[in-house]
Amino acid sequence: MSNSQTASAGPGAAERQQRLKAMMATLGMLPVLILVAIGFHLLSDGRFFTGQNVSVVLQQASVNTVLAAGMTFVILTAGIDLSVGSVLAAAAMAGLIVSNMPGVEYLWVFAALATGLAFGMLNGFLISALKLPPFIVTLGSLTAVRGIARLMGNDTTIFNPEIPFSFIGNSSIPIIPEIFALPWLAVIAFLVILASWFVLKRTVLGTHIYSVGGNEAAARLSGIKVPRIYLIVYGISGLLAGLGGVMVSTRLFAANGLQLGQAYELDAIAAVILGGTSFVGGIGTIWGTLIGALIIAVLSNGLVLIGVSDIWQYVIKGLVIIGAVALDRLRQRESART
Amino acid sequence: MQPVLEMRGVSKTFGSVKALTNVQLQLFPGEVHALMGENGAGKSTLMKILSGAYRPDAGAEILIDGTPVNITGPISARAAGISIIYQELALSPNLTVAENIYLGRELSHGGVLRKAEMEASVAPVLKRLGAGFGPGNTVRYLNVANQQLVEIARALHADSRILIMDEPTTALSERETAGLFSMIRQLRDEGLAIVYISHRMNEVYELADRVSILRDGSYTGTLSKDEASPEAIVRHMVGRELSSLYTKTAGSKAAYTETVLRVSELSDGSRVHGCSFELRAGEVVGMAGLVGSGRSELAQAIFGARPRKGGAMWLDGEVFAPNTPQDAIAARVAYLTEDRRGNGLFLDMSCEENINTGVLRSDARWGMVLNRSRARARADESIRNLSVRVPHAGFPVGGLSGGNQQKVLLSRWLQIRPRVLILDEPTRGVDIGAKSEIYRIIDALAREGVAILVISSELPEVLGVADRILVMHEGRISGEVGGDTGIPATQENIMAFASGIGRSAVAA
Repeated sequence: MSNSQTASAGPGAAERQQRLKAMMATLGMLPVLILVAIGFHLLSDGRFFTGQNVSVVLQQASVNTVLAAGMTFVILTAGIDLSVGSVLAAAAMAGLIVSNMPGVEYLWVFAALATGLAFGMLNGFLISALKLPPFIVTLGSLTAVRGIARLMGNDTTIFNPEIPFSFIGNSSIPIIPEIFALPWLAVIAFLVILASWFVLKRTVLGTHIYSVGGNEAAARLSGIKVPRIYLIVYGISGLLAGLGGVMVSTRLFAANGLQLGQAYELDAIAAVILGGTSFVGGIGTIWGTLIGALIIAVLSNGLVLIGVSDIWQYVIKGLVIIGAVALDRLRQRESART
Repeated sequence: MQPVLEMRGVSKTFGSVKALTNVQLQLFPGEVHALMGENGAGKSTLMKILSGAYRPDAGAEILIDGTPVNITGPISARAAGISIIYQELALSPNLTVAENIYLGRELSHGGVLRKAEMEASVAPVLKRLGAGFGPGNTVRYLNVANQQLVEIARALHADSRILIMDEPTTALSERETAGLFSMIRQLRDEGLAIVYISHRMNEVYELADRVSILRDGSYTGTLSKDEASPEAIVRHMVGRELSSLYTKTAGSKAAYTETVLRVSELSDGSRVHGCSFELRAGEVVGMAGLVGSGRSELAQAIFGARPRKGGAMWLDGEVFAPNTPQDAIAARVAYLTEDRRGNGLFLDMSCEENINTGVLRSDARWGMVLNRSRARARADESIRNLSVRVPHAGFPVGGLSGGNQQKVLLSRWLQIRPRVLILDEPTRGVDIGAKSEIYRIIDALAREGVAILVISSELPEVLGVADRILVMHEGRISGEVGGDTGIPATQENIMAFASGIGRSAVAA
């Protein structure tokens, strides 16, 4: 931060204080993440914080992080994208189909991303041009795109054990030899978060996204092309769902239109909400989303580690999401009091 | 006479901030008592103490009919006979009038509402108020004035003897305001004590028997009707003489030769019909008219925020046909909305972000990456030039007073260096100190050669700032006064045009 030559100490201090407050709000869920992780570490007799397990957690979190990043853009405009799981499936199908075409197999990543982007833009078009509610449009595409994904493979699973770029889903960058390796999937997820942060906080587009979510009428009267912003955020969400499809395909060497990405939208929404982004729009950060996605991954991993049955995992995850957000509300109300 | 309410030594501290210091207030039955003060002077805090929303600091005394009372919440306030009608009406739109009046204390048989009984009990109160609706009407379908009447009925139905009204005329038209005033007088004559909070000086003159004034959380005095001259009230409110509220550098007519914006036969097909006028460089043109006469709609049509169905415009001699606000902004035509919170500001965002909204793209590096140092410089400069009182540029604009919010919004438009600046109710909900500063800014901009159109419902304001005044009536420009029209700019002449009586009634 270049805080050069602030006029006097007074306003500078006040501003620093406020920035600190904003940071605390952003990191609101970080203590929860740390506590949950330490809790699992103790309950599992020290099996949580091992290099291998942390690497597994990061890998498990990666696809959801990417989807949740896209979801953050959408929810910041007070919208919702329920279709990301289906779009992920369709993008993976498109990718695998192209990867099986001799000569163009290397273009499969492009095919998957383009498929995701196209469906996302279609959502955005219906929402911005026809002024339909996002919930309805993406609920429709949740179902319709799922059907298309099944059609693409004639309702079968498409395999490609030779899929190019398969290192993405299966290899890691050794950080500390024999102890900790960073999965490529996690690297991609982190780069997505970093890029999202840059777009949201450092570009005109990002400011316009916050503006539209904060006060759509004011944005319009300020000369912001509001429909274009909607088109872009749903496009981004679709594109990142496509990237999620790429990540899943390289891991599985296969795609199935029926099963792939089922209910992924719910985890993505949960991550965004855990991260403190408001459904009302205009308030929230991408770092919060990252923490939210990590909490969900830590929960899934930790509950398996301590041997909780699959059924109870669902119940506990749901309760933790509600409880964590309730806690955050309580904390914010305390700090808002003057 | 025994005061119905007496407050003595009321202080209220929030953390380290003293919102009220040793404030007093005496209220007699059968009086309308105006409470005045700039925004942040402590009026709402005082009223919130009366309603039980805040507890005063130790040492405060509140007496009803000479007996000390302890107000702890809405229920004990009601028991003490106090009712408050807030600026934002607190009604449930989907319930009936009777249900709203009984909200929270419904009559029921084991949970089943006794509707008929409630409606029967409410009906006489509505009749007493001369309401044009019944207890069974759904509140959603009533207009704002009638919704306010429901609130008053709720207070009367609870046998309140002290009625507090916070800026009740903000959303009312002139006629509705007149209706409300006669209602208030009737209630006063029936012996109610009414506290009337308002920024509008002329309302206070018209209505109040006495005026109490707060400044910076302290009580500065109570004036009787005879003592309450505008100068005296302003002196109590701001603690200094305002030599003049309005700043107007008189321009010679000859100076306004360069036509900047020409509007010809502009229509939107619904609310604006065949409006023609010109704005010249350096000139401040006022626009008067009743609420709903199409002033804002005309401004929005010029700004491209509202579709046009007919007519044409020229800006500096070239055809000007904006289809969107961004077209207008690109041509450096700015429109300051009348509803700064609803469709002006981004309340969760900082002053800096709000000021830079219109120039983000043109300032950006490579057309997309924010130029943050430039944005900060613009914000700091605006805050300095318009003397916005804000801790720092990163402060959320939602936390500022109305006057400072308005200055931030005005700063946003000054960033595009407007040739034409349309200000829609630029001082609505703004305290008198900031008002005077906004008038000074308008005058300074005009001297720099900006063509300015000021839309306002406050006649003294248009008369004070404008060189000439256009008057609208039912979507048409029904007349023009002042300037070289030969018709003197007086309130009477403006009202004659605004009410559609027209030229025949105008006194030359």
